[in-house]
Amino acid sequence: MYKYDNYDQQMVDARVEEFRGQAKRRLEGKLTEDQFKPLRLMNGLYLQLHAYMLRVAIPYGTLNSAQMSALGDIADKYDRGYGHFTTRQNIQYNWIKLEDAADILADLSKVEMHAIQTSGNCIRNISSDHFAGATHDELVDPRPYAELLRQWSSFHPEFTYLPRKFKIAVIAAEKDRAAMRLHDIGIQIVKNDAGEIGARFFVGGGMGRTPMIAPMIRDFVPLDQLVTYAEGCLRVYNRYGRRDNKYKARIKILVHELGAEEYTRQVEEEFAHLLDQGVEPPRPELERLKPFFADPPFEDGPKTVDRSDPDFALWVDRNTHRHKHDSYVSAVISLKPVGGIPGDATGEQIRTMARLAKQYSFDELRVMHTQNIVLPHVKIADLHALWTELDAAELGAPNLDTIEDIIACPGLDYCALANARSIPLAQRISERFDKSGKTAELGELKLKISGCINACGHHHAGHIGILGVDKKGKENYQLSLGGSEAEDVSLAKITGPGFDEDGVIEAVETVTDVYIAQREDGERFLDTYRRIGMSPFKEALYGK
Amino acid sequence: MGNDSFDSEAGSLGVSPDEVQFRFRDDEVADHGTVTVDACCDQTNATAVRIEPGDDARALLPFLDRLALVEVNFPTFGDGRGYSAARILREAGYTGELRAVGDVLIDQLSHMRRCGFDAFAPDKRLDEEDAVKAFATWDNVYQSAADGRKTIQELRHE
Amino acid sequence: MKILTGNDLKTGAVVWWTGNDWSIYVDDAVDVGDQAEEIMAREEAARRVNVPYSLDAEREDDGKVRPAHIKDRVRALGPTVRPDLTLKPQSPEAIDWVI
Repeated sequence: MYKYDNYDQQMVDARVEEFRGQAKRRLEGKLTEDQFKPLRLMNGLYLQLHAYMLRVAIPYGTLNSAQMSALGDIADKYDRGYGHFTTRQNIQYNWIKLEDAADILADLSKVEMHAIQTSGNCIRNISSDHFAGATHDELVDPRPYAELLRQWSSFHPEFTYLPRKFKIAVIAAEKDRAAMRLHDIGIQIVKNDAGEIGARFFVGGGMGRTPMIAPMIRDFVPLDQLVTYAEGCLRVYNRYGRRDNKYKARIKILVHELGAEEYTRQVEEEFAHLLDQGVEPPRPELERLKPFFADPPFEDGPKTVDRSDPDFALWVDRNTHRHKHDSYVSAVISLKPVGGIPGDATGEQIRTMARLAKQYSFDELRVMHTQNIVLPHVKIADLHALWTELDAAELGAPNLDTIEDIIACPGLDYCALANARSIPLAQRISERFDKSGKTAELGELKLKISGCINACGHHHAGHIGILGVDKKGKENYQLSLGGSEAEDVSLAKITGPGFDEDGVIEAVETVTDVYIAQREDGERFLDTYRRIGMSPFKEALYGK
Repeated sequence: MGNDSFDSEAGSLGVSPDEVQFRFRDDEVADHGTVTVDACCDQTNATAVRIEPGDDARALLPFLDRLALVEVNFPTFGDGRGYSAARILREAGYTGELRAVGDVLIDQLSHMRRCGFDAFAPDKRLDEEDAVKAFATWDNVYQSAADGRKTIQELRHE
Repeated sequence: MKILTGNDLKTGAVVWWTGNDWSIYVDDAVDVGDQAEEIMAREEAARRVNVPYSLDAEREDDGKVRPAHIKDRVRALGPTVRPDLTLKPQSPEAIDWVI
């Protein structure tokens, strides 16, 4: 994985000192809260419901065991013993003191980490495929390109006060595991007919209150123009994105209002101009980045496991992903124990995962946008030993991609923007389906819960989505069906009137019953929904 | 250019809102009254213009030769359109004074400087010491911008 | 009644206006009547509180203060999914008060 050189380290250290000064000026009263807020946000520091919250960047979701371990230590030293892995492959801490924030950033910088641009109206942490560099089905490893863009987007002088936040995802497989087309810019690394590698740009996707799927605006950008093209996309947005209404300020609204064709025309014009401006990093830089992501020294070994222990066999079936080397798999550590809080892990668990990565996965981990952790390169021969240790640390839930593997935002339990709680729903639903034993029968079923319209819980992209709203001071939940964030991307549709907490849990049960009654061979919930449409579900939920 | 010095004497000229507090130029302080972008395009003798956030900086490109001063107004510091305006002018070869005016604060100075601003006239006078520190925030930079600094990527491959 | 809340600038802790200071316990909150704006402006300027706002609440028969909106009751107690981290870790029934 990428390792900082002196320049990278200097940049992060400079930022720590800059923030230390800013926090000091705030505490001294030299900065008002209005002036300080965008500055602290650009260092990941929010003021949440109960305290300050710090979001730490995990660029393209990749980290090593020393970094993971440091995250566990921060949970214990500065927080209340736990952290929360987020849908942007980051981690956040819920109980941070402003006076500690600069010290935390300094601790992070010692392991080449930071909280730069994890919030604010700037280019956010760049996300990617959590199986990058390990999976059997990718064209190339997308992370060198993500790293190139990370450097370009860090402290970008022109794009630090954009109309609104800006999220970029980079993938390099046909399978989309990063919700690429639901980003402000989604980049797919592709090969053209001439056999050259380049970048396909999708611009103007997003979730939030106006979900949109990004249209493709360029099917092939040569690699030596990648940064320049992104700069063109951003400049058009910075100049013409709406600033009169923060709810219409995301780039998806600009692309929608101009039309993809006109937006593309403007980008192409800006791009043509920028090509002469020396924006692109020298080509050898990309070549410098690639070796950081080279394969670790894989060894041949057994390609199958002993399935005599059914619990282990179930975990292998559900929680491992096919690797490009046939003696390895990528193993997923579920942070969704039945009845637990999705994405939360204690300091001790985080250090355990770090240790296991060192022992079994060439020192590497990934954070998934589904709030789970990946050990990308695990020898099939080591799987049983790994699983035994995970199980002992309460990290062995065999429920990846099942109805128990719920994405849930922090909701009203933690978030100042939320209208309703998300976590208790996730807890009760996973308990209910685990108890009834229906989880296995339902197969792949992606349930996603957001506690407000901002959609951090990706409810628009859930096979089943739940959105919490405020109904006259009471929590109320809208159910939606048919969303997907994968390569078959689609936006979920609302079933009808909302439910209270008990009601929406019943409603989830009801729609899964419709699926079981109506499914044909091999159909997932989503497939059945797409075939039979909303009506049968509606009828079951609301009567005729 | 990261360690260039500025002429803070300009700031001692007075404390009225439009006074320049920091200036990175050796020529005389341009003291022309500014006109709007529209007026500048209409009248052939204007030598100083003020760009508001919604203005298209490219409308000025035909007149760059006669302009000695371009002010870019930041009515609120969170409106970042002025950064693009500045770079566009520098990319087009404008070499006159490029002055950031309005809600110009300490923590935006380094980025403004990178986008080509070489004079700063904040609404409220800034703490001198904090500002000096802010201008020097970045020893090196990741992006090529309007300040001509070599990027980290270029330095890596020299 | 109208009460005031905000966060402590340094620690971020949720605090409530007691009439002469800020307390982490909502039951210490007092009715500020029409003084809200004045108190908030003064306290924020003195950096004794961050991002204060006023809200409706009622004083219950036992003297306890109950904010009108669920969000403020969550603020007053702590996360309902982590009773151990709330201000009343020994009273799981406190969660029912929030909802």
